[in-house]
Amino acid sequence: MRIKVDPDLCEGHNRCFALAPDLFEVDDYGLSQALNEGVVPPGLEEKARLAIDNCPEFAISVVEED
Amino acid sequence: MTDSPARCPVRDWASDYDIFDPDYVRDPAPVWKELRERCPIAHTERWGGSWLPTRYEHLQKMVKMVPALSSASPLVVPPSPEMIEILEAETEKHGETSRTPPITSDPPRHRPYRRIIMPLFSPHAVEKHIPYTRDLCNGLIDGFIGEGRADAAADYAEQITPRVIAHILGIDPARADEFVTWVRGVLEFGLTEPEQMVEYRTRIRTFFQEMVTERRETPRGDAISMLIASEAEGEKLTDYRILGMCSLLLIAGIDTTWSAISSSLLHFATHPADQARLRAEPELLPTAVEELLRFYSPVTMGRIVTEPVELDGAEMQEGDRVLLNFPGANRDPEAFERADEVVLDRRRNRHMAFGLGIHRCAGSNLARMEMQVALRTWFDRIGEFELADPDAVTWAGGQVRGPRTVPVRFAAA
Ligand code: HEM
Ligand code: SF4
Repeated sequence: MRIKVDPDLCEGHNRCFALAPDLFEVDDYGLSQALNEGVVPPGLEEKARLAIDNCPEFAISVVEED
Repeated sequence: MTDSPARCPVRDWASDYDIFDPDYVRDPAPVWKELRERCPIAHTERWGGSWLPTRYEHLQKMVKMVPALSSASPLVVPPSPEMIEILEAETEKHGETSRTPPITSDPPRHRPYRRIIMPLFSPHAVEKHIPYTRDLCNGLIDGFIGEGRADAAADYAEQITPRVIAHILGIDPARADEFVTWVRGVLEFGLTEPEQMVEYRTRIRTFFQEMVTERRETPRGDAISMLIASEAEGEKLTDYRILGMCSLLLIAGIDTTWSAISSSLLHFATHPADQARLRAEPELLPTAVEELLRFYSPVTMGRIVTEPVELDGAEMQEGDRVLLNFPGANRDPEAFERADEVVLDRRRNRHMAFGLGIHRCAGSNLARMEMQVALRTWFDRIGEFELADPDAVTWAGGQVRGPRTVPVRFAAA
């Protein structure tokens, strides 16, 4: 599974990082990036979906399902 | 509240709503439900006139209508004639109309000011204030735990948030009671009583002018000194700007999070099953905090229409005020399953309690941290608790909604 954060939509709510710190990092301005070029390590798919379902800006998406 | 036309009962909420109606302040959800189905963007002539959207999808669209819906006047009521006079004089003197950036700014001015304050509230920056916040909560509980009763709002929530923001800004936390009085004077009572707005706005600015002058002479490692050293739009910030930004942080940092903490404790005091569940499953706390933010969203923001906007039949004209009803959107059944229930482990929760878009609450990480630490410390120290006197609960509403008196009892320890 591969995910991405759309930098034009992300407003730094930080819900993704709070829910899945293994999958995202946020900078000083709050903006998020998917770690590991978005590749979700096996076993963390559910965490990735949780982050997607809680991003109020609809900024996270799945680019590749397994 | 002063005498005003709002004293007469509301006949039709779709065309005559009253955001200060005591029943609405206590529980606005039934009104939003009716409006969402019948007239999702309502209008009123009361309190200077405004539009009130109630659907999630409408709020999503409206936050993006920038600057057609401008942040130039973000309060839920227009400034009083006295206030307008003061503001006009300030504009003349300082050549400036965005007084408390970034919350009063539209692009392109908004971003540079927002970028100055964001690092103060990043997840990592906020983490450093956890020990201070925890000690503070423990100290407050020490003060009342022996009595077996406390006001969860006035003795606890209200005491936490002013001290935490004072600690971050570098001003004296021991003056917390004054800060609370000033902020309520501006944002709570000041909305309906213009003299209070003028008086307390002046007090806040006079206070920060002193703080800025001191730090211009002797910089300290605090947030105010950081603002003094910062630049935006290629220039160092003027005192006028810094005062505006400091007042914003003080005002935005106090009764918002205090309301969120007291709503949460009121919820647990009146919902024993949820209280027992959080006690049994403390790992639910972060998800529970998001759910309490959704359900009891404290903050509504204003916008001013700068060019005609039509949305779902509502024709908003230049100069009209629009209330970004984030709390109402958070109860929309189109966006949330079982929207009118608190579900502590809600899995999908794209709530907009902190707003959406470019003005997304700059302090949201701090607010969450304060809520989590306040609730965790309370649950760790205080056994089963319940509301001592339901009739004694009082609410504030308008810009920021939350309970101000929440008397609870528990086994003394
Ligand atoms: C539960 C507590 C809080 C809630 C519900 C809340 C809510 C909001 C909302 C809805 C906005 C959007 C304003 C808009 O769209 O015009 C906002 C903006 C803002 N909030 Fe908060 N807030 C909270 C706590 C805090 C705290 C603790 C601070 C820290 C000082 C803070 C500082 C700010 C600032 C500076 C802005 C302006 C951001 C901008 O315009 O770019 N807030 N807040
Ligand atoms: S939750 Fe969404 S908006 Fe917030 S930081 Fe993550 S990606 Fe960005």
